[in-house]
Amino acid sequence: MNDNMKKYLEVFETMFQVDEAKAKTLNYQDVVAWDSIGHMDLIATLEDTFDIEMETNDIIDFSSFAKGVEILRKYGIDLGE
Amino acid sequence: MTYDEILNLEPFAIGREEKRRLMTAGLSELTRHHQQQCSLYGRMLDTIGYQESAVKELEDMPFLPVRLFKELELKSIPQEDVFKVMTSSGTSGQQVSRIFLDRETAGNQQKTLVRIFESMTGAKRMPMIIVDCPSVVKNRAMFSARGAGILGFSMFGRKRIYALDDDMHLQLDAVRAFIDEHAGERIFLFGFTFMIWQHFYRALKESGVHLDLRNAVLVHGGGWKKLEQEAVSPEEFRSALREVTGIPRVVNYYGMVEQTGCIYMECEAGHLHASTYSDVIVRRGNDFSPAAIGEKGILQVVSLLPHSYPGHSMLTEDEGVLLGEDDCPCGRKGKYFKVLGRLKNAELRGCSDTYAARF
Repeated sequence: MNDNMKKYLEVFETMFQVDEAKAKTLNYQDVVAWDSIGHMDLIATLEDTFDIEMETNDIIDFSSFAKGVEILRKYGIDLGE
Repeated sequence: MTYDEILNLEPFAIGREEKRRLMTAGLSELTRHHQQQCSLYGRMLDTIGYQESAVKELEDMPFLPVRLFKELELKSIPQEDVFKVMTSSGTSGQQVSRIFLDRETAGNQQKTLVRIFESMTGAKRMPMIIVDCPSVVKNRAMFSARGAGILGFSMFGRKRIYALDDDMHLQLDAVRAFIDEHAGERIFLFGFTFMIWQHFYRALKESGVHLDLRNAVLVHGGGWKKLEQEAVSPEEFRSALREVTGIPRVVNYYGMVEQTGCIYMECEAGHLHASTYSDVIVRRGNDFSPAAIGEKGILQVVSLLPHSYPGHSMLTEDEGVLLGEDDCPCGRKGKYFKVLGRLKNAELRGCSDTYAARF
């Protein structure tokens, strides 16, 4: 697991109060905290963590932990395998 | 055409004939879908003797009074697909609309808002000042149309600050610091019309403070009723804000929870525009026939978006007037119009108006 993945996981674990295994399979709305409010907080935190600025369509498409890995790659953030 | 294909069309570039074809075909298809999937809606169409083959023009499409969404549970999806239920704002004692969304319709609402907003104000996300209090989105149990509106527009903000505290006092120092921190960047202010007037403009005016927002855009919506009573016109609203902040662009929008996403935004010429994805029809109050350009009537809104609930064609409780089609000085195609306010005896609704009712 590379450093970026560690940081990415930590954001999910902290924000949504889930363990690593659960975080990795998490979808939007799976937990109460990841609702539309939690979503905007998640995006803001990831933007700060990785110092990037996402496009609106990527914010909308960010529908799961796995999808997020794909989207972050577009911004040059490599999260490994 | 799928909704994704429709969304790929430019938001303000389709002329009258093509738009009418697109709308009539899309709405007929949606009507058929809702007729099959929502039994209450199907029964209403049976009652009025609706026949798809009788629809020759866009204006022939059947429409529901928007009030029905308060009285009935209208949805075209099975209960297990309900992803979110949106409710309208209402003063206490009023019934609220309930709009049932599945994932697809909810996603399309956001994508549609992005297309319209970015076309009107530019695609870059901006530092955002929300002229409201943080508690309006913090309390998940009391999540209202007001909170949903703020969250929907929050996508366009990169770094956000709430300008008011939970007692609705302007946080002048924090706002100033935010503006300084983002000096040289274009700032996006968002709020509901009355909140901006009462808690932002007035607070600045009374304290004699000038904020430097020369490089900002303000987007506001949610109803004019209270300001109308105070005889504040849109022009005065704009010039008053310019006086205390120097803000060059103030953009009003018209929209409702029953057709979230398909908002109507004001162009540089101060006209509300219908996008490719929705349309307005002005109807005469006495017989509901379509009104001419320049003639006052009741606004009907149609939209190609609503798939999970039969809200694709609704008669609002607002009065308006069509100003023209395809020939706005701003260069955008499509209808442009003006909202004149609520029909007499209609309930007070709208995020701004229901809040203002307490003053």
